Amino acid sequence: MSPDAVITAVGVAAALAAAIGLALGWAASRLAPDDGTLVAQIDALLPQTQCGQCQFPGCRPYAAAIAHAQADIDRCPPGGDATVRALAALLDRPARPVNPAYGVSKPAQVAWIDEERCIGCARCLPACPVDAIVGAARQMHTVIVDQCTGCELCLPPCPVDCIELRPVPVVAARYRMHRAA
Amino acid sequence: MTELLLLALGASLVNNFVLSNFLGLCPFVGISRRFEAAAGMALATLFVLTVASGLSFAAWQWVLVPLGLEYLRTLVFILLIAGVVQLTELMVRATSPLLHQLLGIFLPLITTNCAVLGVALLNVDRQRGLLESLVFGASAGAGFGLALLLFAALRERLETADVPAAFRGAPLALITAGLMALAFMGFAGLGSR
Repeated sequence: MSPDAVITAVGVAAALAAAIGLALGWAASRLAPDDGTLVAQIDALLPQTQCGQCQFPGCRPYAAAIAHAQADIDRCPPGGDATVRALAALLDRPARPVNPAYGVSKPAQVAWIDEERCIGCARCLPACPVDAIVGAARQMHTVIVDQCTGCELCLPPCPVDCIELRPVPVVAARYRMHRAA
Repeated sequence: MTELLLLALGASLVNNFVLSNFLGLCPFVGISRRFEAAAGMALATLFVLTVASGLSFAAWQWVLVPLGLEYLRTLVFILLIAGVVQLTELMVRATSPLLHQLLGIFLPLITTNCAVLGVALLNVDRQRGLLESLVFGASAGAGFGLALLLFAALRERLETADVPAAFRGAPLALITAGLMALAFMGFAGLGSR
């Protein structure tokens, strides 16, 4: 093989790689502006209860909707006025009270299952957005307190109403949930 | 037109890339546990296959052949495929972070999905034109997606079936894939291409 052929081959491969690299770099700057980081910043301020009271499936979708100006910042009852203030400061908008149409702010709480009454129907398991309920069909269920966000989504599916919500003491790990109070 | 239709039929059903050529088995087994993830994977692969077969045709026809560099085709095609896959990953991450998480490592691994390189190389070997290459790539992707979706749906149903312990998990998946391949043999002779 002549040296010329080698130079052509290396040149073509290098030029192609450079072209693809440039195209990808351009695509990366177009497709992911600071959008992702803004959504992440908003998401970090939300209480991560995944309760869906804002009418979005969870905290991150709500954060994305705020970032794209598709939803207002007053839809988060678990976060309460403190979350709205933090969002208002981040987004440079006027703060306001939580819109009561989306629910009332309550102090931090976790679900508790009355094990005497639980019939082991397992219907609360799929409802839990954070998989904080342990149990299987015909086995008694219980709640992992550290995981539970107190979103109340397990209450409606329970056929025997054996789940209740209890207040939780303020600890550092749960600081986010307590900020509302 | 009939020619293209036959080509599409052949690539998607008769010579299905997964079930009769046994290309692209890694994502076929790896990402078929959940139907939604499989649907995302099917769409991503369809996109990658179509774009990559068009680009690799362009690179072959207008760069490699004029310069007499036919022997570089594997390298160049892999480079192009890797680029398209990265683009796809960017697009998926921007449009659906959840899907991006579900697909995980299998999204960048489309690069090493041998079906993608297989389509590019087959297009060159059969000396197909641009339109033919695109049709072949898209219908190979559609066939891959069809097989993947059917397989994922079957696996979701089998998840709750009462299966002897020895067959649970991978063995059952492989037996299912084998039976599906048998069923797809029913398409043999259709359009005879």
